[in-house]
Amino acid sequence: MIRIEPREAPSRTLTIGVPVASALIALMLAAIPLAFAGANILEAYGQMAKGIFGSVFAFTEMLTRATPLIFTGLAATLAFRAKLWNIGAEGQFYLGAMAAVTVGTGMIDAPSYILIPIILFTGAAAGAAGMAGPAYLKTRFGADEVVTTLLLNFIILIFMQMMLEGPLKDPMGMGWPQSEPIVDNGMLPQLLPRMRVHFGLIIALIAAVVAQIMLSKSVWGFKLRAIGENAAAALHAGIGVKRTLMGAAIISGAMAGLAGVSEVAGLKGYLTADLSPGFGYTGIVVAMLAGLSPIGVVLSAIFISSVFVGADSMSRAMGVSSYLADLVVAMSLISVLVGGFIARYRISWINKGVA
Amino acid sequence: MEGPDFSAPLPMTNNLVLSLKALSKRFGSVVANDAVSIDLHQGEVLSLLGENGAGKTTLMNMLFGHYMPDSGTVDVADMDGNMHPLTLGHPQAALEAGIGMVHQHFTLAENLSALDNILLGSESLLRWRQNHRAARHKIAGIIERTGLSAPLDEKVGNLSVGERQRVEILKALYHDARILVLDEPTAVLTPQEADTLFENIGAMTKDGLSVIFISHKLREVLAFSHRIAVLRHGRKVGEIATKDADEKSIARMMVGADTPVNPREDIAVGAPVLQLKSITVSGDSARNSLQDANLTVHANEVVGIAGVSGNGQSALASIVSGLAGPDHGEMLVDDVAITRFDPPNLLKSGIGRIPEDRHHDGVIGAMTVAENLIIERLNDPDVQKNGFLRQEIIREHAQELCRDYDVRGPGIDAQARLLSGGNIQKLILARVFECSPRLILANQPTRGLDLGAANEVARRLLEARKRGAGILLISEDLDEVLALSDRIVVIHDGQLIAAKDKDRASIGLMMAGEHT
Amino acid sequence: MDILQILISDSFWAAAFRIATPLIFGVLGALICEKAGVLNLGIEGIFAAGAMAGWMAVWLGAGLWGGLLVAALTGGAFGLLHAILTVPLGLSQHVSGLGITMLATSLSYFTYRTTLPNVSSPPRIVPFQPLDIPVLSDLPFVGLVLFQQTAMTWLAFFMVALVWWVLNRTPLGMAIRAVGDNPDAVDAQGLSVYGLRIGAIVAGSALMALGGAFLTMSAFDAFFFGMVNGRGWICIALVIFASWRPGKALLGAVLFGAFDAFQVRLQTEVGALVPSQVFLMAPYVMSIIALVIVARRAEYPRALLTPWFKGQR
Repeated sequence: MIRIEPREAPSRTLTIGVPVASALIALMLAAIPLAFAGANILEAYGQMAKGIFGSVFAFTEMLTRATPLIFTGLAATLAFRAKLWNIGAEGQFYLGAMAAVTVGTGMIDAPSYILIPIILFTGAAAGAAGMAGPAYLKTRFGADEVVTTLLLNFIILIFMQMMLEGPLKDPMGMGWPQSEPIVDNGMLPQLLPRMRVHFGLIIALIAAVVAQIMLSKSVWGFKLRAIGENAAAALHAGIGVKRTLMGAAIISGAMAGLAGVSEVAGLKGYLTADLSPGFGYTGIVVAMLAGLSPIGVVLSAIFISSVFVGADSMSRAMGVSSYLADLVVAMSLISVLVGGFIARYRISWINKGVA
Repeated sequence: MEGPDFSAPLPMTNNLVLSLKALSKRFGSVVANDAVSIDLHQGEVLSLLGENGAGKTTLMNMLFGHYMPDSGTVDVADMDGNMHPLTLGHPQAALEAGIGMVHQHFTLAENLSALDNILLGSESLLRWRQNHRAARHKIAGIIERTGLSAPLDEKVGNLSVGERQRVEILKALYHDARILVLDEPTAVLTPQEADTLFENIGAMTKDGLSVIFISHKLREVLAFSHRIAVLRHGRKVGEIATKDADEKSIARMMVGADTPVNPREDIAVGAPVLQLKSITVSGDSARNSLQDANLTVHANEVVGIAGVSGNGQSALASIVSGLAGPDHGEMLVDDVAITRFDPPNLLKSGIGRIPEDRHHDGVIGAMTVAENLIIERLNDPDVQKNGFLRQEIIREHAQELCRDYDVRGPGIDAQARLLSGGNIQKLILARVFECSPRLILANQPTRGLDLGAANEVARRLLEARKRGAGILLISEDLDEVLALSDRIVVIHDGQLIAAKDKDRASIGLMMAGEHT
Repeated sequence: MDILQILISDSFWAAAFRIATPLIFGVLGALICEKAGVLNLGIEGIFAAGAMAGWMAVWLGAGLWGGLLVAALTGGAFGLLHAILTVPLGLSQHVSGLGITMLATSLSYFTYRTTLPNVSSPPRIVPFQPLDIPVLSDLPFVGLVLFQQTAMTWLAFFMVALVWWVLNRTPLGMAIRAVGDNPDAVDAQGLSVYGLRIGAIVAGSALMALGGAFLTMSAFDAFFFGMVNGRGWICIALVIFASWRPGKALLGAVLFGAFDAFQVRLQTEVGALVPSQVFLMAPYVMSIIALVIVARRAEYPRALLTPWFKGQR
């Protein structure tokens, strides 16, 4: 018979070791589908490593890919900490991106030190609004936010397609459903010449640090954690639960919105309906892998992005489907869940039926 | 107290039906049971007496297969009276051996009918339909023999507590239990309902059933059992035939020393601190309703609310702590009418709250002791500056409070869930008293605590009374209400009725709704 | 006037039942899991896995009913993984479910791509055909609406009746409902909480996979990426709308199907005036509105989302 007992206090080694081990295990498990695809496994891993560390460009590409993941990872972290299940980061991402191309493609003519903050703010506000809605429906009507945010993702995606075929459509786009490009003054500066890594990464890192400080040191963060751990006791103790949840929703949505802004105004320059390869959903994996710690989000975003970039380059080189990357990401989520269980509980085997 | 006669000698007193042999169980570093041995005979009512935390429930959970003992064995008699070892750790084995248990927290599915609950687990899961007709026939027989009755086709969620308890017992008997374990069966009953229960038990034992009845109430143990076994700190410290026992001797066995009694000085009461005027709450059930409730608590006064749980106590507590507003009526704190019912506002007007479910509503288990101590005053300048927590001051202050209130545990930076129930309650007391509230709502403040911790809580409450606070004490433990209160108000079916005096019998009748 | 004509036309109702069929499977599957106390957000991925596996089996020559069996087994396997994570391990049902969705989706896509690397247009199978029942299929109105559906629609109806019977009339159903309300009650009677919950999740997930298989084996004849398109999430909303009752689940799914079929027809009527996306959005918007309306009254199974551990009471 298996006996499962909670550990009194999980050790620091386990808290950090488990996510790292889970990530590595997921990477190793990738060998199974690789073998299924008939690829040389060692060569495949070699190609992946080369795709990430093979050149400065490859490495900066990885950081570029990590940027939106840090934002969506923070979005999930801040919401999940309050046990607010924001599964709608994908939609909020597109709201942010739409807002960015709305104000950034010539509507406002201003120098970049004015225009960029405006774009960032409207994008964040649009994302925030996208989560404020479900949070309101939850606190006011008790509508489950999991379902509403999931369904909103589809609504927003369709809405965006409508916009891209209508008001936001680029007349010069030769009929493609894409927006006009963001004006030069509105683009986030690049960090290195001839590399695509952009200022969005700096904003993401600042956001992670600020989130970490707010969560652990501020009264707001205290309230957020209290609600997440025990909403009934928090309510009883006089913490405004609805208000705090609303605040968490707004910040979480804003983070996802910033992810969209950063992709549009930092990388692509214009909006298309395939801007996100699922950054919103992947943000959940990033957050879980980080143990819902904002600083950890940076590291886990870098890991996940490495998987994507590495697998992309490997699949180009070896002809293995790039869906492998999604598979590894999904497996790391499952592994970290199981790993988290091992960190929290002591599992022992005892002899069955003493009598 | 009218009831079956337990002083008569047992007819078949030598037929052993159950024998627990040196059962031991540890949880982490806590020894819950240490080599406990107990025998039970056919037709006997054995009381298992002990304070909260003495290990009674753990012992029975091992017998019933919910816990695996670390060591020890159990023998059970079969239909012919031959003893066989019981496979431990499997509820199914205990059921098949004819052991039935009625837990303190009922194990009933509220979304099923009473009948379906009784049948649960009795039919093969592969059957394509239930056999209700045969079941009803068998239950009718049991009801005839024991006098137990319950509305079989009603959903359990709609039944009263007493009815649910009878469904539990019927369930055990339906599963052919020959040994019935009742865990604190009277905790949720009025004194009158309890008497009915003991009548039923009398009928059952005449039928050959043996009963183990767990309790910490001396009076009922003395009145309704043949033999008493006493547990203390996980050990069996004594066993005595009931006819040879008296209250004082078993109390000493149970506690280890004479119980200290908190001195209650007579103090003149002050001005009213809490006034409820014609408060009406229409909830979805009696549990959550109040009808035209009037109540005043003065400074330097303890007002005890006596009543069986589920009669509107939670509605009353919700109003006073601000979790819900009334539909009609008015509440005044220090003569100021409350207009906004939410917890922060009522905290501000000087109401301190000791919640009923201290683990669920009182503390946030995953946060530290220090954090739990500040949770009600996050806007206090001592606690925060510019929206950021002042860690140094908070920690120093937490050290101080833990010292003053004797909160023991792994330290102020440890998660609150690691504290024992008594220490969690002390933490809550420290948090409440620190704000020097005008009124303290103490909802079941000693439930589940051992006597030492319970006495400490009572002492603190009386101290607050002396300092000038008004105390609204809600408790299901009539003895506690009688011991602590200056005035007693009985709650029944959402109505508050003042008791004329502290007379146990008349209050018991009022709790059952019989008053004119 | 046009609208009325749509609503009384037999082709409209035939489409409504066709659209409803995968949802019926999905809602029933989700309902069984939740009745036992476990939310299964793996549904969206299990739909994809069922669609892929069933189709692939037929394509490899297993036959249509063999394909359904493969789909159900695949769904059951993902269900078993979700069950292990959420029942004995007691992990977050939300996160585990999303993980299953990601895993099942990516694994299906990966498998499809790896098995068929070089196809430009998706290969096709011969799917389930409309029934042709003598007399019944030729009846006016109901002939087209009900008796010219494929066998899978009737399988879905049968499942509604079966699930209703099991949950309301059998000892197993009582045990499943009890374990979703108060696991201690089940444990106290010597039944296995883990066994019941794991079994319910596996069975429910197998049903979800049949919903997915309908897409590739009855509605279409090929597998496409992204073809599930939120149907799983809509089922999760419909379960709440249906108050966890099989009969109401059928009603909810058919109402949804009717709404969806209606918006398609309305689109052709007024398509020139309103962008087509407005109609595409409508079913999702409708689901949210329905959810908001019923949310306050919803009586969730009491033990939903609460893990239960043996020996901790």
